[in-house]
Amino acid sequence: MTATPTAAAPFTTVIGLEVHVQLQTRTKLFCGCSTTFGAAPNTHVCPTCLGLPGSLPVMNRTAFELAVRAALALGCKIAPFTKWDRKNYFYPDLPKGYQISQFDLPFSSAGALEVVDPKGALSRNVRITRVHLEEDAGKSMHDEAAGTGDTRIDLNRAGTPLCEIVTEPDLRSPQEARAWLNELKLLLVYLGVSDCNMQEGSLRVDANVNLHIPSDGGRIAKTPIVEIKNMNSFRSVERALVYEAARQYEEWQATKAEMGKTPKQTRGWDDPAGVTRAQRHKEESSDYRYFPEPDLVPVTVSEEWLAATREAMGDPPSVLREKLAARWKIPAYDADVLVNQGRELVAYFEDLAERVGEGKVASNWMQQDVLRTLNERGGSIDAFPVRPAALAELIGRVAKGDFDTSRAREIFAEVLASGRTVDEVVASMGIAAVDDDELITLCRELLAANPRVVADVKGGKEQAAAGLIGQAKKKNPNVNPGKVRAMCLDLIRQM
Amino acid sequence: MSLSRNDVAKVGLLARLALSDADLDTMTRELSSIVGFVGQLEKIDTANVAPLAHPLDTQNVFREDVPKPSLSTAEALQSAPRHDGECFLVPAVLGDTGAA
Repeated sequence: MTATPTAAAPFTTVIGLEVHVQLQTRTKLFCGCSTTFGAAPNTHVCPTCLGLPGSLPVMNRTAFELAVRAALALGCKIAPFTKWDRKNYFYPDLPKGYQISQFDLPFSSAGALEVVDPKGALSRNVRITRVHLEEDAGKSMHDEAAGTGDTRIDLNRAGTPLCEIVTEPDLRSPQEARAWLNELKLLLVYLGVSDCNMQEGSLRVDANVNLHIPSDGGRIAKTPIVEIKNMNSFRSVERALVYEAARQYEEWQATKAEMGKTPKQTRGWDDPAGVTRAQRHKEESSDYRYFPEPDLVPVTVSEEWLAATREAMGDPPSVLREKLAARWKIPAYDADVLVNQGRELVAYFEDLAERVGEGKVASNWMQQDVLRTLNERGGSIDAFPVRPAALAELIGRVAKGDFDTSRAREIFAEVLASGRTVDEVVASMGIAAVDDDELITLCRELLAANPRVVADVKGGKEQAAAGLIGQAKKKNPNVNPGKVRAMCLDLIRQM
Repeated sequence: MSLSRNDVAKVGLLARLALSDADLDTMTRELSSIVGFVGQLEKIDTANVAPLAHPLDTQNVFREDVPKPSLSTAEALQSAPRHDGECFLVPAVLGDTGAA
């Protein structure tokens, strides 16, 4: 997270983001049409979202409440009085000829979301300019290959509730922008505001970027701001910003063009080519002639309403990380990994930790075994075949000394592969606790067969006993290596 | 307050109206007179009047988030000048959408 110019990057990259998230409602913002993704074209439409004459919008209460929840979680001030406005422009996927949005009195403003690097102390507080609630447009589909064919319009998405989140230009590197977006997504998913599925268009990001370049006489030259669109993943956002910063630096070296001397440029990210391309300049496009939406009445938000929303909200990830680390005495890094996997995985971990009684042990199993398996197999933690009770039993038996951790891992793998219970697998693998008499007999045999080891240990090289463990496992795979070592050392001392 | 011919040409462009020179002359005269008429309001001292967001003295009108039946695709498309049975058809649109 470099914030200052260095030899490698002789400029500071200044980034602000504009994020649109689809709110998790069942119906659209102003009508009762379904918001389910993937329906056949033009099957979730009605006179209101088609913009037919005589239809009137009525605000979806859940959409407004989810938007308020998002704004509260981002630390925004909630306006006691808010209204909606018409943003006028012509485009075939906008049937009314205007978008119902918010202009001068958005329902919230002035928040912040911090991005923290769990591996270091570095963090960045990113100010939120505003969060507002607006409707989505429909979808235009153009078959580029067909050349001059028609554009097809599907209005299923028209009128879907969107929360627009605008940041101040507080981000200072492409990596930081990506990390911040991850934190924002996690927050919104945790709070049930949005599923943030980028493939389905539930989360869309535009980025504004320019460079601050130290130049002659301590003056800072600022390159013209470019808005980047068409980024379909957080990885694309990072790549597009890296590309754009380099492009702007090159352009600045060639032209010395500075901010304010040219109109703001919009560039589209071409992911396969890995470049941004200038988009056609829309003449007068910034003149949206906003005016108050007469078909919607204003909304006033009382303190009681806000208090109830806060109450129902649950912990944001940042708070949950701290609580988890404190409650289970696990390192901040562990808590970060667990929380970043989502609410369901945290619930699994807490169930496990409760049963095991030792947070760190439970966390180790989560990080090493459960998460690795989950990554390999895909799927959700809720569908994970080894439930917390079974895993806790396995861990408990390791603690009791029935078998060691590596043996427990084999059992874990077998339980996963076979779908049988821990007991069944233990029985089928012939795993049985080795009693002390058996162990003494085995160790005596080993010592008799390995006079060299005995001599070494007696000569002070205790680590020589390690050589006996492999042999012991060969004789009886159920022995506990720690116990074998301790027993052998005891016996040698008695010799 | 009066409008210039350029103001009217710009408004015409924003409204996607093809205005001829004669249209521009007429519209400049007529729109100026309308703006002038409304402009009388500027004579009123509004220093102590709160801005009005909506003429109705009503707030917080919501509906519950409950799905209602949509139109059939055939009904939705029936008034469209052109469609293919699934989608509305419009002349080829390339490039970026207007806004989001």
